[in-house]
Amino acid sequence: MSKTDSLQESRQDESTIMRVRDLEVYFDMSRGQSRVVDGIDLDLKRNEILGVVGESGSGKSMLAASLLDAVVDPGVTNGEVTYVEEDGTETDVLGLSKKELKRFRWETVSMVFQGAMSSFNPVTDIRTHFEETLIAHEEDLDEGMERAKEIITDLHLDPERVLDAYPHELSGGMKQRALIALSLVLEPEVLVMDEPTAALDLLMQRSIITLINEIKEKYDLTIVFITHDLPLITGLADRLAVMYAFQLVERGPATEVVRNSAHPYTRALLKSTPNLQTPLEEMRPVEGSAPDPINVPPGCSYHERCPLATSICETEDPDPYDVTDDHEANCHHWEETLEME
Amino acid sequence: MSPTTTKPTATTGKRPWRWSETDMSQQQTGTSQQDGPSANEQEPLLSVNDLKVHFEKESQSIFGETETIKAVDGISFDLTERDVLVLVGESGCGKTTLGKTAVGLQRPTEGTVTYRGQDVWTAKDRLGDIDIPFREIRQSLQIIHQDPGSSLNSHKRVRSILEEPLIQGSEDLDWNQRRARILGMLEHVGMAPAEDYIDRYPHQLSGGEQQRIALVRAFLMNPDVILGDEAISALDVSLRIEMMDLMMDLQEMFDTAFLFISHNLSNARYIAGKTGGRIGVMYLGELVEIGTVDKIINDPEHPYTRALKWATPELDPEDAEEKDEMPIRSIDIPDPEDPPSGCPYHTRCPEAKEVCATEEPSLLETDVDEHRHQVACFRSQDDHAYWDSDPIE
Repeated sequence: MSKTDSLQESRQDESTIMRVRDLEVYFDMSRGQSRVVDGIDLDLKRNEILGVVGESGSGKSMLAASLLDAVVDPGVTNGEVTYVEEDGTETDVLGLSKKELKRFRWETVSMVFQGAMSSFNPVTDIRTHFEETLIAHEEDLDEGMERAKEIITDLHLDPERVLDAYPHELSGGMKQRALIALSLVLEPEVLVMDEPTAALDLLMQRSIITLINEIKEKYDLTIVFITHDLPLITGLADRLAVMYAFQLVERGPATEVVRNSAHPYTRALLKSTPNLQTPLEEMRPVEGSAPDPINVPPGCSYHERCPLATSICETEDPDPYDVTDDHEANCHHWEETLEME
Repeated sequence: MSPTTTKPTATTGKRPWRWSETDMSQQQTGTSQQDGPSANEQEPLLSVNDLKVHFEKESQSIFGETETIKAVDGISFDLTERDVLVLVGESGCGKTTLGKTAVGLQRPTEGTVTYRGQDVWTAKDRLGDIDIPFREIRQSLQIIHQDPGSSLNSHKRVRSILEEPLIQGSEDLDWNQRRARILGMLEHVGMAPAEDYIDRYPHQLSGGEQQRIALVRAFLMNPDVILGDEAISALDVSLRIEMMDLMMDLQEMFDTAFLFISHNLSNARYIAGKTGGRIGVMYLGELVEIGTVDKIINDPEHPYTRALKWATPELDPEDAEEKDEMPIRSIDIPDPEDPPSGCPYHTRCPEAKEVCATEEPSLLETDVDEHRHQVACFRSQDDHAYWDSDPIE
């Protein structure tokens, strides 16, 4: 299915599968309160691929973790994370008991986090990882393993070889695909992936991206794909959300966000990203550096680095402005931004 | 000739740290090279000839057999003064081993590495007539690691980290001169006010600042060649341009040749494009295509180079959508312990024919781009038996 089709479909089917409101995550530190997610609202639409882009330290991994109420202690998660079933039944994710959460995390919303290498137990073969997961969730083992083999095959791996292998016997790319298969074995609705291709070679990254797209279609998944590598997901994502300094600063259809960026940070990020098309003279680094979570500038958190900043930006934190009906930017000067070179 | 006086300072006021290469080569090579700068242009600075690096790996079997991994298997290239070559390829293709061998950190199994005509390992082993002592070669070939910051000694202040190369170097600088030069370099790489940085310890610097210090230290050794091994791939995408700009700025300032290793074609394009350098594509220990950015990025010939280009993400979503199907038959790289027969790429190549499984193409010069392009694929030879061969499977 082409992107335009899927976009139209997601417009027709406006059903939200996850709703996030006023989400904040903070850590109390001796230096002060470190607010690593600072008031995020987000609607994840059923069967979309949402790309969340941000630099290291922008809070994107914390956003990913909070979708599963998986922020590590002593982090505190506040706000609303709601999972909505197709019939409209709602689940308050942050209010789930420990036992409920355990089921929810694999069977409803599953995750592939950074560093597949450490996600597997090195002294256990891959088959046991699958079996233990199925048993822990009281699934039929034979049926479950059949499903596992099918998913593994979908990911261009030989099931018998992979299942019999120990983690160290697989290459990085194979391990990462085995982990994706494991995350899907309990047939979740939503898959949250945090840098699932980091540390892999280009060819493997690209192959995994292609496979994720195929798998998403086959298993009717909704995917949140989190990365610092913008071009990696522009072709995959239906919508993009750009994160800067612990907040979302722009979101919209991928093509819109890339071609008509309405936040100066998104523009700067695009210009600073090495790629094969942009003329070399046009590539330049983002000026300045990202703020410390303990000491975020008042007003718009980007104003100190922004070429368009005026006095309003120093005092007033911008709410989202509508650029089009499905594209919004948290920038007082979004109209000027659209005119930027 | 004392090796400690081989690098006199040129008197270019603006760039007090720039040494004249011409003076240097005349002093160094003495009798072997009389005509100075013009001949110097032609003679390779660093030359790698039919290089092979094989590792023995103990097998798990009770018979204690060993298996040979051919990390580098017959690679040749030259670097001239200020030349830039970026080696790209997947993990395990041997690019790091090739880089390390080229700068004299790894002994080749076969083949030679020569620096200004001096065989590096002959010098190291002190065999026969040695024109350039190994100590000097070592200093001329420097390496910047994958995570440059972590290579800094955490117990030393910035000042003493950067003083080391100056003390070891050729010039007789006193304390004040060294301090002035360090301050100048810090300012130059954007660490201002430099007085604030000079007495800090590495842990008091940001990751980017640590990298700058590691870069400055490598360049202050005044090397002729710097090997940058994935020196920026650990960085966020948005910080890479800045770091590459800094490296190229220092490269120009110090007149250094650059051997850069990356798995990322976008970074390779940026560096080779900005410096007029070349990109070399490696696959399973062999160089399969080498050429300028124009050729490698815009019009690649080897099916593997094309696959790498396909794999490189595009910024514009619609361009990305238009990409063809995966141009590889298998996602996973073959086992390097048991490499395919014939062309090493034939097991993944969508264009492979039967002849590719039995015969290995050699790296041949093509007539494009003033012969700066070489490719190892039968498809680049119009009259090859490939064209009449049957498709695989």
